[in-house]
Amino acid sequence: MSAQHRTAAPRTSGSLARSRPRYGEFAVKAVLLLAALVSVVTTVGIVVALLEPTIEFFSEVSFGEFFGSTTWGPLFNPPAFGVWPIIVATTEITLIAIVVAVPLGLAAAIYLSEYATPRVRKVLKPVLEVLAGVPTVVFGFFALTFVTPLLQDVFPFLGLDGKNALSAGLLVGVMIIPIVASLSEDSMAAVPNGLREGSYALGASKMITSVRVVVPAAFSGIVAAIILAISRAAGETMIVAIAGGFKSVFTLNPADEMATMAAFIAQAGSGDASVGSTAYKTIFAVGSLLFIMTFAMNYLSARMVQKYREVYD
Amino acid sequence: MAILSTPRSAVQLASKGRPLREHLFRIALLASLAVAIAFLAMLIIYVVEEGWPRLDSTLWENQPSIRRPETAGIQSGIFGTLWIIGLTALMALPTGILAAIYLEEYADKTKWYNRLIELNISNLAAVPSIVYGILGLGMIARWMAFGFTVMTGAITVSLLVLPIVIISAREAIRAVPPSIREGSLALGATQWQTIYRQVLPASIPGIATGSILALSRAIGEAAPFLMLGAATLVRFNPEGVWSTFTVLPLQIYSFIARPQEEFAVLAAAAIVVLLAILLLMNSVAIWLRNRYQKRW
Repeated sequence: MSAQHRTAAPRTSGSLARSRPRYGEFAVKAVLLLAALVSVVTTVGIVVALLEPTIEFFSEVSFGEFFGSTTWGPLFNPPAFGVWPIIVATTEITLIAIVVAVPLGLAAAIYLSEYATPRVRKVLKPVLEVLAGVPTVVFGFFALTFVTPLLQDVFPFLGLDGKNALSAGLLVGVMIIPIVASLSEDSMAAVPNGLREGSYALGASKMITSVRVVVPAAFSGIVAAIILAISRAAGETMIVAIAGGFKSVFTLNPADEMATMAAFIAQAGSGDASVGSTAYKTIFAVGSLLFIMTFAMNYLSARMVQKYREVYD
Repeated sequence: MAILSTPRSAVQLASKGRPLREHLFRIALLASLAVAIAFLAMLIIYVVEEGWPRLDSTLWENQPSIRRPETAGIQSGIFGTLWIIGLTALMALPTGILAAIYLEEYADKTKWYNRLIELNISNLAAVPSIVYGILGLGMIARWMAFGFTVMTGAITVSLLVLPIVIISAREAIRAVPPSIREGSLALGATQWQTIYRQVLPASIPGIATGSILALSRAIGEAAPFLMLGAATLVRFNPEGVWSTFTVLPLQIYSFIARPQEEFAVLAAAAIVVLLAILLLMNSVAIWLRNRYQKRW
């Protein structure tokens, strides 16, 4: 009784909060915030690392030459700095990858979310995760030594080079299937059951429900997944360096060898350009371009989710 | 799970009258999944078959050699990868988990700087790995003058996997129900005591799963190291954090780049070793998740 009385007695300060600050708790919060700030420092580091050599690059090579001409060969003598061939190659390989990954990834997502029983899903999802965990250098090896010879045998009329954009693009596509599939499945799983049941109640079949109700309801998440997959494909390095090659010719033929932006960075960065030369600074200029492109796509993807998400409940 | 709550008879009723199209659609969906799985199986069978002649103890006992590809090994790559992964685990995991605790437990979402940190992390997660290579080259190797050493490689890869660690750790922490926190606080524990004694132990399985997956991403990464001067055939194991090094994926890349047939076989054998390590890590992560993850 008396103990209860003591605790119930009003404090002189008039507040229930502890009067003496807990310095330990403050220190913990400070350390945690510091850890979170590492990520901000990383972004600043990337921007600074890219910016300075990029500015120096554009003082040596004009903007007009970089974006205005179509011959690329910073490592040649005389060098050429028209960036379009590697942008076109990046776009083309990304396009091939998307053509492979979007139908397969979406179909896999619909199956896993709408058709698979929990037991089947428990087996199939880890398989997709393993596919997502295969190192890209392995895909590159497979593209160069298995897929390209196979395509050359089966479709000799394509006239595939030993290194070509087609098999590089196909394998980049396989690489991004798990991204499309798992992110789309997440957003389909978030569609409330009431919508499906309403559709069944109106007499729609399972296929109609999946295609006309669930997919449209999850559309913003699906588009965000595809944009993210595009940005991964555009930045992919090892597959395109191994199976796509380093030659940069201004061409649209997927049977030809072509270097993407990332492949150029890998080639010049792994010792083919001497430090301080214009060719060396080109690495950073192309890196900036790649960073800006992927950054824009990631931002777009995040905005899609935020702005067009259907909110239920 | 979604389907279970819909009465089966309703579904059967609904698909009555057009069974063929329904069947074809279902088969098409299954076929798409089968393509992905068959592809994975084909890839594994192919590399095992190709690398089979070299899958013996000389593979990890010998060092790489340009002149004798038929007996060349990958020991320096295995040791380099172990060094990098060890250091990455030491740097990225604590930082990532602490950052996740801050964002989930302390951060006030209405403050602009906390929103900036969140936006920043989701952006970093999608930055191409070759750009991290440029960061390592420009800032760590040259500006901080760490050179092309194990330390530079480990810091670069730590920064690369940090967003993945943070995102997965946040999900694990978020899955702990608020009632556990409220109970602890009501008993007089401070916020940090609550986190340290209740929230963290409850979210350890999820954090461990995410951490293993993040480290397996670090093991398979080759592009950043390409920028860090590790592409050459390093013939010795790293002796410390300031030693030059190579890693397994990069060694594979340098084998593929050589014209002799023996190097293709060696590359395939090295890929089998790499895939075996990754499959093992993946299985542990999946097992952990299935075994320990609770649903509240």
